[in-house]
Amino acid sequence: MDLLNNLALGFQTSLSLINLWYAFLGAMLGTLIGVLPGLGPIATIAMLLPSMYSLEPTSALIMLAGVFYGAQYGGSTTAILINVPGEASSVVTALDGYQMARRGRAGAALATAALSSFFAGTIGTLVVAAFAPPLTELAFEFGAPEYCALMFLGLIGAVVLASGSFIKALAMVVLGLLLGQINTDAITAVPRFSFDIPELTDGISFVVIAMGLFSFGEIIANLGKPPQHRDVMVKRVSGLMPTAQDVRESAPAACRGTLLGCVLGVLPGAGPILASFSSYTIEKKLARHPEEFGKGAIQGVAAPEAANNAGAQTAFIPMLTLGIPTSAVMALMIGAMTLMGIQPGPQVMTSNPSLFWGLITSMWVGNLMLVILNLPLIGIWVKLLTVPYRFLFPAIMAFCAIGVYTLSNNTFDVYCAAAFAVIGFLFHKLGFEPAPLILGFILGPMMEENLRRTLLMARGDWSIFLSRPIAATMLALAVALVIAIALPAIRKKREEVFVEEE
Amino acid sequence: MKIRSQRDFVSGVLLVAVGAAFAIGATNYDFGSASRPGPGYFPFGLGTLLAVLGLVILYTSLTRNGNNGDPIGKIPWRPLLCIVGALVFFGFALPRLGFLISFPAMIVITSAGSREFAWRDALLNAVILTVLSCGLFVYGLQLNIPLWPA
Repeated sequence: MDLLNNLALGFQTSLSLINLWYAFLGAMLGTLIGVLPGLGPIATIAMLLPSMYSLEPTSALIMLAGVFYGAQYGGSTTAILINVPGEASSVVTALDGYQMARRGRAGAALATAALSSFFAGTIGTLVVAAFAPPLTELAFEFGAPEYCALMFLGLIGAVVLASGSFIKALAMVVLGLLLGQINTDAITAVPRFSFDIPELTDGISFVVIAMGLFSFGEIIANLGKPPQHRDVMVKRVSGLMPTAQDVRESAPAACRGTLLGCVLGVLPGAGPILASFSSYTIEKKLARHPEEFGKGAIQGVAAPEAANNAGAQTAFIPMLTLGIPTSAVMALMIGAMTLMGIQPGPQVMTSNPSLFWGLITSMWVGNLMLVILNLPLIGIWVKLLTVPYRFLFPAIMAFCAIGVYTLSNNTFDVYCAAAFAVIGFLFHKLGFEPAPLILGFILGPMMEENLRRTLLMARGDWSIFLSRPIAATMLALAVALVIAIALPAIRKKREEVFVEEE
Repeated sequence: MKIRSQRDFVSGVLLVAVGAAFAIGATNYDFGSASRPGPGYFPFGLGTLLAVLGLVILYTSLTRNGNNGDPIGKIPWRPLLCIVGALVFFGFALPRLGFLISFPAMIVITSAGSREFAWRDALLNAVILTVLSCGLFVYGLQLNIPLWPA
């Protein structure tokens, strides 16, 4: 059995004392940083890169992978506790996780998130080990039109997922795509919408937008309400662990999420994000009580958490085998490899098998560390909630402000965040939901590049999307989704499902 | 004509304005052609789409019956000004006055956004958070933050 041999080789590397230590260090640091809102894995890894030179490449990558998972998990923790998704992929977790926390079930939500993540991580690691080679073939099948169609499907999915008005959610996606246009054009290197401000030519940071819209906008809206109507925690926190019924409800959801995450994670683009968004949509469709979603349904935490963790795992496949980064974090990992003299690409698997398999098995070790580290800490995180809001909100503000500033040690980002705070407040007042905007913003530049390449390829003929089977299927799915919403009968039901709580 | 949903009316107007601004701005860049799209192609299309969506929302705000005009409600000026002001102040003051002055000051301004504001609590909070963040971010994570006035 090749697989077993390979895994054995991997565990030899990853279970060595020194590498275990680095995995622990990475996971610890990652969690800490993920819990602090706004200090995402990108900032952390970028910060750590200089100190990586002295480490052995395998240990360094293992530690970086630990930071990556830790931050991902930490991001979900803040999403659940204070409705601040530390990462794009935990935006979905915030939807139901935060509601669970408000109902006093933060412990159960956190434990569910940790356990589903661990489960998904275990399966994901096996999938990476078993299917890395064949799955890359699948990614090869994807040309520009397919990517484009996939992203379109993802965006439509986000619109369907949003609560409230369909057309408003659509407008949010388009606005997100437009904000993503503030950058330097990838093909012609023309700076767009930058008004000669040098900071804008690199585009606005995701963190700035997310913090402005989610944290600051939310704080303003909360403070605007009289204390008794405030959108914050209940004091009483019951049961730190999930009940038997929780497990029964969340286990199948976690399995489906894992499956979806494994498949979607491979696709360069926004694999884990798409996976978490779409798994949430699927769970809501399958649920016996869809009206519970958005009000603290445990499946709404288990499925996206499993999906994004499985996706985060399989996202390593294109990076390890093709040297294609699937996200900003992966790009940094590739940067780290190059810094240490390893040329990423298909040859890594053969030329440096202990690194390749060591990294893959250390993903599992990292996930295990996270569970061991986080289950006991749940009690502490939950205690944080009992801090009165008048102490809590300045603290959230303070950490966010530091996080925004240290993104690039530039006060421009702080001003930008202030602007998005106003916009976030406006959205709150006008009944817009910011989550679709975030997805649009992240996918925008990728989608544009692929659309333009498609058109170039097809000499301006849009029908290319229909003549390529994979692309056509995905577009058909997207159209089906829209029709499903537009149909009056379903629409009525949907409105029942999504009555927004004021 | 009667505005049946104030929220949607304002939303529609804003979206049309933003969409139009992006679309008009995009004309500064090479539009290209369908077979060779330039940097202006995508933003122009998206801006137009956003403006159209804004028009649709505007239209529904005038036709569909909202609940009692669906008012926007009062704007909480105090938290709005305090939170945004605190951020702008922090951005302005950090490079000039350093972390040890601008950070606690920002926290006090932020705290003033709450109706439950009390000087004692705010100052206590500011001191604790400054010490904590200093230890964590400046000494622990070695982030490059100026501590003292420049």
